[in-house]
Amino acid sequence: MSDLLTEPRPAAAPSMDNYLTHARGFWSWALTLDHKRIGVMYLVSIVASFFLGGLFAELIRTELIGPGRTIMGKDMYNQVFTLHGAVMVFLFIIPGIPAALGNFVLPIMLGAKDVAFPRLNLASYYLWIVGAVFFVFVLVLGGLDTGWTFYTPYSTTTDTRVVLAVTGAFILGFSSIFTGLNFIATIHMLRPPGMTWFRLPLFLWALYATALIQVLATPVLGITLFLVGVERLLGLGIFDPKLGGDPVLFQHFFWFYSHPAVYIMILPGMGIISEVISVFSRKHIFGYKFIAISSIAIALLGFLVWGHHMFTSGQSKLASVIFSALTFSVSIPSAIKVFNWLATMYKGSIALLTPMLYALTFIFLFGIGGLTGLFLGALATDVHLHDTYFIVAHFHYVMVGGTLSAFLAGIHYWWPKITGRMYSEFWGRIGALMVFVGFNLTFFPQFALGSRGMPRRYYDYGEMLGEHPEFYGYHFLSTLGSYLLGIALFLVMIYLIASLFNGHRAVANPWGGATLEWQCSSPPPHDNFPVQPHVGDPYAVRNFQYDPDVGGYVRVAQTAKPEHPLHPSAH
Amino acid sequence: MTDHSTHPVTTEDAAREAEHYGHIMPLWVLAGVLLTLVVLTVATVAATWVDLEPWNLAIALGIATVKAALVVLYFMHLRYDHPFNALVFVTALLFLAMFLGGALTDTIQYQPDIESYRESRQM
Amino acid sequence: MAKSESTTRPPDDADPGSVEAPRPHAAADHHRPFLAHHYQSYKQQFEAGKLGMWIFLLTEILLFGGLFCAYAVYRANHPEIFIYAHHFLDKNLGAINTAVLIFSSFTMAWGVRCAQLNQRKLLMVMLSLTLLCACGFLGIKYVEYKHKWEDGLLWAGKYHPVEHAEPADHAARPPGRPEAQSALQRPEGPRYAGIFFSIYFMMTGLHGLHVLAGMAAIAWILVRAANGHFNSHYFGPVDYVGLYWHLVDLIWIYLFPLLYLIH
Repeated sequence: MSDLLTEPRPAAAPSMDNYLTHARGFWSWALTLDHKRIGVMYLVSIVASFFLGGLFAELIRTELIGPGRTIMGKDMYNQVFTLHGAVMVFLFIIPGIPAALGNFVLPIMLGAKDVAFPRLNLASYYLWIVGAVFFVFVLVLGGLDTGWTFYTPYSTTTDTRVVLAVTGAFILGFSSIFTGLNFIATIHMLRPPGMTWFRLPLFLWALYATALIQVLATPVLGITLFLVGVERLLGLGIFDPKLGGDPVLFQHFFWFYSHPAVYIMILPGMGIISEVISVFSRKHIFGYKFIAISSIAIALLGFLVWGHHMFTSGQSKLASVIFSALTFSVSIPSAIKVFNWLATMYKGSIALLTPMLYALTFIFLFGIGGLTGLFLGALATDVHLHDTYFIVAHFHYVMVGGTLSAFLAGIHYWWPKITGRMYSEFWGRIGALMVFVGFNLTFFPQFALGSRGMPRRYYDYGEMLGEHPEFYGYHFLSTLGSYLLGIALFLVMIYLIASLFNGHRAVANPWGGATLEWQCSSPPPHDNFPVQPHVGDPYAVRNFQYDPDVGGYVRVAQTAKPEHPLHPSAH
Repeated sequence: MTDHSTHPVTTEDAAREAEHYGHIMPLWVLAGVLLTLVVLTVATVAATWVDLEPWNLAIALGIATVKAALVVLYFMHLRYDHPFNALVFVTALLFLAMFLGGALTDTIQYQPDIESYRESRQM
Repeated sequence: MAKSESTTRPPDDADPGSVEAPRPHAAADHHRPFLAHHYQSYKQQFEAGKLGMWIFLLTEILLFGGLFCAYAVYRANHPEIFIYAHHFLDKNLGAINTAVLIFSSFTMAWGVRCAQLNQRKLLMVMLSLTLLCACGFLGIKYVEYKHKWEDGLLWAGKYHPVEHAEPADHAARPPGRPEAQSALQRPEGPRYAGIFFSIYFMMTGLHGLHVLAGMAAIAWILVRAANGHFNSHYFGPVDYVGLYWHLVDLIWIYLFPLLYLIH
């Protein structure tokens, strides 16, 4: 970061004063109320925890490369997969896109100077840090082996650090609530003149829908974790059958949050894809209103289906049938999105640049992940596939293949805006290709494993090899794929960091986007918009054409003044 | 940045801001609500002296809901507030009802299984 | 550029989302204290804050919602526990506490009115009265908890009623309910009676924590009021804290009949 701060600042153009150079020193970052700096701090922290979670993933896959003990014992294995899940879910994937990328671009896309409550925004970041510190304590002080779901009665009887972990997750929940609350209030109250609801970029619709889930579902997780903590400390009994409590009720509590939470994970990703597909197809997005409303529909329908996680838990048949039927309703808005993205690309002038490669990866992998979700939502097949690697493969296709691809698409798409530098397009494409191959090699074999009956969370499969000799090969392939994926992600990190030092300076609008963030300079000035920007159709990308003199896109329907990117448009 | 000098804060701006906003609740309304709430509290306690099964719970919750409505509408100004804030409040209640309904439906359904299991184990 | 700005400027602050021409924040803050730089007017700032507060209240409702859900599930499936155990709660103390909280809500609402009308002294009186009521509420709660503790009437894991533990409302107990009567014969009450006290302590305990948080918030605006921060066009914080305090009252309005007035 310090290199960004000390980069030479041309004296001529006043517009070169940007959010990175606006103030200097540690405290100017640590106490900043600027949504852009908070976004950048979130981004750095979240990527760090992603690599921590990724390290756990590689350890799991290494252990499973062959039967028997490879690198760790059974208890260690339980802790590693628990922390992989907990770190990835609570520290990376839930806050990932909204808090890091969303924080940075939401106010700019909206045409506002900041989020509605900047101090709450900073508080949210520090709550995230405190929550993360709790997870580090868990790691150092004896681990956690409940799985990220904290199912009772195991979580109330194991002697690992459950109380620390639920406290951490509770605090992270508040961080998430504050982000969501802030985004809703910002989108409602800080829209400039002309920014009507149906001129909001689709990423903002997605963030709005995400924020709805964050504020509606997270409190229930909060009380659930609170009850688990009190249960362990005092013997509360609400989830303990010995005292008349009901462990299945815990699962209701938990999944009332955690099922909607999977849409916290995927919806912002879908928003990024909507931006990227339109810009890199050089075409207006197809079916804007349908994509926008489908985000809200996914958010609301997501609350009706939590019981499909509990088909084999002891849940009643009546509830299972209802939840199974309702589950299928979620596929409708999801499919609407996919069809509209495909229709946007149809006859577009598609540029296969890095963000677009990740967007295509998203559509392909989310397609597989979503469709296999239908198998699992169907009551009868789920009973067969429940707790097998089929589930593991399904949700990794959605969370990694979907959300991680979208996150990478978003990072590459907004990288010039955030840092003011262009990354290497060559290495970007290589990285995208390696991520695609590595991911599929890791998780496609797991579909086969699961449908053949390999249970998830198992430390060893040596005894199953007599009946299922194929398990060995699938696990081996999966582990190889995970190494490739790991290398690919390191590569991505390396060339992105390298671009901070030797990347070309980014122009205001390198991709030809029509949303407002491309109207301010790269990186944006401290105030975002010294002059209220003109708000138009966010997907009128054809009004922007590449100008070789500028090295980027400029609006064509006007007498261009390339050095002043905030010039109001002619229409 | 350079445009700052062209947009000074005018007296017109200041005048507009001096205007009142937000609804000011008359004191007699507040006092009336207070009185009603106290009366309803007495009523809900009194209702438990009479056996009206199976309506006792409904009466108690009904009175509580009237009280809650008074607090929300007048003490919290929701009646005079932006309608979206009312929507936020109603949404909270709707989602709570959904959560409660789902969990309640299921637990009532499987309760006989638990009872028969406990009986078989003499728990 | 200034011309295009003025044409897009709305006539008045009618639309909450509308904004006027950008203004230099550093320069203007001097004349408009407590107006954050990204808001165009106090009204816009106030409405944003109010929306934020309502969303926060929504999260609070759903937080308590988990406990209400637990309550509903156990009451629906084990009504005998609730009918038995609620006799150990003191209806009179509960009713007095209800009245105390309602009165504190009234003083809080009056306080908001004072802030809106520039009545600084009266605002401070109202906030102090609210704080006083909150202390009274917690004091009564303490007395109740103390009795439960002495009688061993604690949550399920620590539910060991002592021999002499007697229903608090001996006189008020309805005569014609044999199942409640027979349950009272057994020292421990019906099976799993401790679950009632688990729920009781969680609900009232979490509510008590909210009362404490509310007191801290009220104390904060009391200090600000003393410093003369609030006036007819900047009273947002008083209103937001008021909303929070009313919600605390609102939850108690339901807790009282659900826990104390079971028939």
